[in-house]
Amino acid sequence: MASVVKSKKACTVNPLKMSQPVGGALAFMGVRGSMPLLHGSQGCTSFGLVLFVRHFRESIPLQTTAMSEVATVLGGYENVEQAVLNIAQRTQPSLIGICSTGVTETKGDDVEGFITLIRERHPELAHIGLVYASTPDFKGAFQDGWAAAVTRMVETLVEVPTGPPRRGQVNLLPGCHLTPGDIEELREIIEAFGLAPVILPDLSDSLDGHIPDDFTPTTLGGTTLADIAGMGRSELTLAVGEQMRPAAAALGAKTGVPYVLFERLTGLVANDAFLMRLSELSGRPVPAKYRRQRSQLEDAMLDGHFFFGGCKVALGAEPDLLYAVGSFLAEMGCQIAAAVTTTESPLLERLPCDEVLIGDLEDLEQRAGDCDLLITHAHGRQLAERLQLPFFRLGLPMFDRLGAAHQLTVGYRGTRGLVFDIGNLLLAHGHEPGPDDWRLAHEPAAATLAAD
Amino acid sequence: MSTLSSKIQDVFNEPGCDKNQGKSDKERKKGCTKQLQPGGAAGGCAFDGAKIALQPITDVAHLVHGPIACEGNSWDNRGAKSSGSRLYRTGFTTDINETDVVFGGEKRLYKSIREIVDKYDPPAVFVYQTCVPAMIGDDIEVVCKAASEKFGKPVVPVNAPGFVGVKNLGNKLAGEALLEHVIGTREPDYTTPYDINIIGEYNLAGELWQVKPLLDELGIRVLACISGDAKYHEVAQSHRARAAMMVCSKAMINVSRKMEERYGIPFFEGSFYGIGDMSDSLREIARLLIERGADAELSDRTEALIAREEARAWAALEPYRERLAGKRVLLITGGVKSWSVVAALQEVGLEIVGTSVKKSTREDKERIKEIMGEEAHMIEDMTPREMYRMLSEARADIMLSGGRSQFVALKAKMPWMDINQERHHAFAGYVGMVEMIRRLDLALHNPIWQQVRTPAPWLAAEASNLRSLDVAQRNPGPSGGTSPDLGVTACLQATA
Repeated sequence: MASVVKSKKACTVNPLKMSQPVGGALAFMGVRGSMPLLHGSQGCTSFGLVLFVRHFRESIPLQTTAMSEVATVLGGYENVEQAVLNIAQRTQPSLIGICSTGVTETKGDDVEGFITLIRERHPELAHIGLVYASTPDFKGAFQDGWAAAVTRMVETLVEVPTGPPRRGQVNLLPGCHLTPGDIEELREIIEAFGLAPVILPDLSDSLDGHIPDDFTPTTLGGTTLADIAGMGRSELTLAVGEQMRPAAAALGAKTGVPYVLFERLTGLVANDAFLMRLSELSGRPVPAKYRRQRSQLEDAMLDGHFFFGGCKVALGAEPDLLYAVGSFLAEMGCQIAAAVTTTESPLLERLPCDEVLIGDLEDLEQRAGDCDLLITHAHGRQLAERLQLPFFRLGLPMFDRLGAAHQLTVGYRGTRGLVFDIGNLLLAHGHEPGPDDWRLAHEPAAATLAAD
Repeated sequence: MSTLSSKIQDVFNEPGCDKNQGKSDKERKKGCTKQLQPGGAAGGCAFDGAKIALQPITDVAHLVHGPIACEGNSWDNRGAKSSGSRLYRTGFTTDINETDVVFGGEKRLYKSIREIVDKYDPPAVFVYQTCVPAMIGDDIEVVCKAASEKFGKPVVPVNAPGFVGVKNLGNKLAGEALLEHVIGTREPDYTTPYDINIIGEYNLAGELWQVKPLLDELGIRVLACISGDAKYHEVAQSHRARAAMMVCSKAMINVSRKMEERYGIPFFEGSFYGIGDMSDSLREIARLLIERGADAELSDRTEALIAREEARAWAALEPYRERLAGKRVLLITGGVKSWSVVAALQEVGLEIVGTSVKKSTREDKERIKEIMGEEAHMIEDMTPREMYRMLSEARADIMLSGGRSQFVALKAKMPWMDINQERHHAFAGYVGMVEMIRRLDLALHNPIWQQVRTPAPWLAAEASNLRSLDVAQRNPGPSGGTSPDLGVTACLQATA
C-alpha cells in the first residue's frame, strides 16, 4: 500500500508528464484512414508531431485548426469547420478525431455543438466519422487523453447490436502504455485460442513501421470503422490497464457486452489469469506454445532473481505503466524506492511501495540518489548521467533508441524479455568491491591518511 | 496585450526586411505571414520560435509559463550544443492547472521563479508566455519586473504566445526581448577592434565550433553569438562589438538592424554553408572590421586562410566528385538553406531537381535564380504525397529535408539526409561542407538500398509476367550507385 502524494512545487522541473491532447491524438492514430485534429494553435500540433516522429520514427498524421489570437477570442467554429473541410478534401479520411487543447478549453468552445452544425451544413461529409474528445492541456496527462478519446470513439462509433453476439469475437481495449509490439503480441495470444479480436485502438497495424505500397496522408492502418461499429456483437471485452475502465464500461452500457479488466499483463501471475480467461471463453485448452513460454519465463525468473533481489529501483512512468512494471519488479524481489507518476489513478495506492508522488523528473532525481537502477522514458537520460545510474528506458517518448514501437512488456514472452533486458543491465553495472568498501565510518580511510 | 500587439506591428514594419517594404500599408498591417490554414497547416508557433531562438543561451533558466503541453511535449528536443553550462537543457514549466486558469497563474509564476533562483541560481531567468496564460490575462511583464527587483537578478519576459503567429515571428519577438531587456545591460571587461557578433546562429550539432577556430586563428573574437553556445553576460555586453554577421536568413534581422541603429554596429547577411559562401563570409567580416578600425593586414591574413582552407576542402571533396556526379537532389528546406545548400551541393556536381521556397524571402529566391538559373525549379508548397511521387518515380536520387518529412523518402525506399535543426551532424564551414558531402555519399551508397528495393521472391515471381519492358523504360529506376535493380521499384508501383 502506498500513500499518494502530490508535489507542492510551483515550478515543474524536467517534466515527466505530457499533455492530454497528444494522448488523445495517439488513440485516434489506431483507426484506419484516420486524421487526428488538435483544436488549438499551430504549436500544439507541431510539438505533438515532433514528439511522435522522434518516438515512432514514422510519418505522423496530425492536423491543427490553427487558432490565431483573434479566432481564439471570437470562438473557433469557423476554424473547426474549415479544418474538417480541408482535411476531407485533401486526405479523404474515414475519421477525423478532434481533441481540444488548453487554448480552446479556456475559451470554452462547444465542439460537440460545432460538429452538429457541421453535420447540418455539410451532408456531403456524412461518410466521415467525426469524434470529439475534451482534452484540456491544464488537466490530467497523456493517458487521460488516450482514455478520453477511446471512450468517445466507443460512444460515437459503436452501434447498438441488432443481432446476437458473433461466436468468438472479442473486443480488446489496450491502454496507451502498450506499444504496437505489445498489441501485436496480445492479438496473437487471443487468436491462438481461436478468438477474433477487434482492437480499439490498434496501433499494431498503424505504427508498427511496415512499409505501405503507396503514400497515405492518413494513418497507414488500424481498426476499420466497420469493425468498431460491430464491437457491440462481441462476446466479451478485454480491457488492459485501469485507464480503459471508462471505455469498457461505456461499451458495456451501450451494447451490453460484459468486460473484464486486466490491470496489467506484465508478470507470470498476471498472464496466468489472462490465459485462463481466454481458455474459459473459447472452451479451448491453453495452447502448447504458451505452456512452453510460461515455463521459459519461470526459468528466466529463476535465473534472474539473483540480480533483482534487493535492487532499489527509481521508477517514473504514467500510472498504468508504473503499476505494471512496478508490480512485476516487486515480484522479482526489487524494492521500489522511488516512484513518480503524472496523474491520478486508483491503482497508485496499490503499488507495492511506501509512497507514489505525482511529480516530475526533478522529484525522481532527488529520490533516486541511492538507487541501483533508474527506469523512465528517454528524458531520464540526463539524470541517469548525473547520478551515474544504470538506465532502462521505458514508455513514451523514447527518442534516443531504435525500436520503441516494438518494446515488449506483456505476455510471458514480453515479461521474459524484460527479465533479460533489465537483468543484463544490472549485471553489467555490478559493483566491484574495493578495500575501502567495508571500512568503518569513524576510521579515516587509508587514502586520506596517505594524502596527509 | 497592447504592448505585445504594438511589438508585433513593430516587427512587421521592420525596415530591414524588404518583403515588408514592398507591401502597401494595409497589407503590412496584416503582418508577415498569411493566415494559417486550418486543417492544412504545419510547423511551429510563435512560442516555439521564441524558445528556439533563446534556448541556446546556455546558463539561463528557461521557464515556460503555461499548461504542460508547451514544455512537457517538447523539451529536450533540440541539439544546440554548449561548451559550458547545461542548465538550458533543464525543462522548467509552471504546468498550470485548472485552478490557475480560473484564478490566474501569476502567483504560481512568481513562486516558480523564486524556486528556480533558490535551487539553481542562474545569472538570469527567461520567462516564456504561452497562449492560455495570455488568454486569462496573466501579465508576465509585471511579474518578471517584480521578481527581478525582489531577487536581484534579471528576469526577462519573452512575450510570444503561440497563437500570435508562426515560428519566424517568434524568433523576432525573442529578439525584441533581448533588445529590450538584455543587450546593452553590461559592459565587457575589455574590447578589441576585432570583436564581432554572430546573430541567428544557434550552434546546432556544434556548428559554431566548426567556424570559430578559423576566427580564432585570424584573431577575431566572437564577443557574443546570439544565441548559440552563449552565456547571458555575453549577450548583455554584445552592444560593444565592432561588426556583426547575421546568419540564418531573416530570423533575427530586427536584432541586427536595431543594434546597428542603436550602437552603430554594421552587419551583413552571410552563410556558413558551402565553400564559396564560407569564404565570402570571412571576407565580409574582415572588411567590416577593417572599416571599423581593425588593421588592414587582416584582409591579407584572411585571404591566406581562405586559400589554404579552400584548397584543403577541395582536396577532401575530390574523391566524391566522381561518385556523386549527376546524382539528383530534392531539397525541402527553407530560408537561407534553400540557396546556401544549393550552392554547396553544386560545388561537387550534384544536380538539384527542386528546392522548396516556402519559407524563403524574396531575396532568398533571387539568390536561388542566380545560382540555379532562371528555370530553377522552386517549389512553393509541396505536399508529402507529391514528394513521395517524385521520389518513388525516381525523379530524384535523394531527399534532403527536416526530420518530419524523412519518412516520406524512407517509405519510398529512397535515401534521405537531415539538414534541419534536429540533425546530429554539423555541416558548417569548410570542414562541415566536406562532412555534408561525406554523409550524402554514405546515404546514397549504403548497401541497404539494393536489399530493400528487391521485392520478396514470391512477389517477384507473381509480378514477372506483368512486368513489361515498356513500363521499365518509362520509369528509369533509381540509379543508386552500385544498385543493379533498375526500375524494380517503379515497376512494382505500376503493377500494384
